[in-house]
Amino acid sequence: MNLESWIMKLNIKYFGMLAELTQCSEETMVVEATTIDELLEQLFDKYPGLQEKDFQVAQDQQIVLKENNITASELALLPPFSGG
Amino acid sequence: MNRYSRHIVLDEIGPEGQDRLSRARVLVIGAGGLGCPALQYLAAAGVGTIGIMDFDVVEESNLQRQVLFGTSSLGKNKALAAKHRLQDLNDTIEIVAYPEALDHGNAVALFEKYDIVVDGTDTIGTRYLINDAAVLTNRPVVYGAIFKFEGQVAVFNYNSGPTYRCLFPKPPKAGSVANCSEVGVMGVLPGIIGSMQANEVLKIILGLPSVLSGTLFCLDIRSMISSRIKILRNNSEVEKVMQNANNLEALRVADDCPSTSVEVSLSALDDLEGVHFLDIREPHETPKVHLDRCLEIPMAQIEENLDQLQSLDNLVVFCQSGVRSITAVRKLKELGVEQCQSLRGGVWALVEHLKLKLS
Repeated sequence: MNLESWIMKLNIKYFGMLAELTQCSEETMVVEATTIDELLEQLFDKYPGLQEKDFQVAQDQQIVLKENNITASELALLPPFSGG
Repeated sequence: MNRYSRHIVLDEIGPEGQDRLSRARVLVIGAGGLGCPALQYLAAAGVGTIGIMDFDVVEESNLQRQVLFGTSSLGKNKALAAKHRLQDLNDTIEIVAYPEALDHGNAVALFEKYDIVVDGTDTIGTRYLINDAAVLTNRPVVYGAIFKFEGQVAVFNYNSGPTYRCLFPKPPKAGSVANCSEVGVMGVLPGIIGSMQANEVLKIILGLPSVLSGTLFCLDIRSMISSRIKILRNNSEVEKVMQNANNLEALRVADDCPSTSVEVSLSALDDLEGVHFLDIREPHETPKVHLDRCLEIPMAQIEENLDQLQSLDNLVVFCQSGVRSITAVRKLKELGVEQCQSLRGGVWALVEHLKLKLS
């Protein structure tokens, strides 16, 4: 496993209230990160309100832990919805 | 069987499948935006026994999307109004209305009476409760949830598949999930998502393949882009629920907005003797309840009766469904009446728990 950070181009999707916060439903970003947590730190810098939100992260269309390494070029941030 | 002829001609259903539907028992929690369309198709499809649970009453702002109700249903309990409409749609099935709130005391016993549970609720706390009771009773949950123009559908706890807690192990911080204040919703969205929930229920009953288990289906009806997200079972989350089988209350997740100190459920009140009730409904609202130590002061007249209210401790405020009473409690606390709480589930919770006669 390569522990150095990678500079890579990621496509990040935002759902629900997260898309309202970021003002976009998806964006392409060049990031320097190895783990999802490191990516999130950079997103928190860009969107300060994001840190307050609860969400899960999907990588390659699968829910993964935030400690995981980034292994796909597409990630999604999914908040819980409560409406019915 | 002319009613079901379009089902029966399908090879995938046939007379055997239709018979399975007629023997199935499905419980729908919440007869709102999601529950209405789900119920409509389940009843039309001939699901033999349908339970409908909802403590709330029909309000005018519901009619934009809650398609079982009309102006004649305004002010009526949703479970009862939905039953009335559905029994006309299909008088060959049994429909049981529960005009009360799902709580940690009644969930498990109720789920045991049904094969499948449909989650059409609108608070995070109830979604976790549905998950936990379904895990304990080994029932699949057909989940749906909406936000403005986006919806989610999934089947949880199906054949040892992932549960809601496997998707969201950490309950959100109270107040972080917008819902309490009306955030708005495209009316047709719950129609689409609720119909998808009915579809998953029918697939489970009929034994059709590709049930949406372990997959969160997400749809944005503006772009019409959908995504399928895989969820893995997290055994420690399931185990956590099993270990609290005799104390479901320990797993309680606070509802999104109302803080627990503002709200109380009747089952949590050990000693009703010391409680003073305050009915803040308007005089025309029914059912009336006749209790000792119960004041009737409509919301707008709270301030002018402040002296009287300040002299009482342990005040439990109720309205029709438990929504206005939260506002009233916040106002009372602002005005210095500290010892007051809003009754979760409103007058219907009172009626149910105290077995009062409707007048």
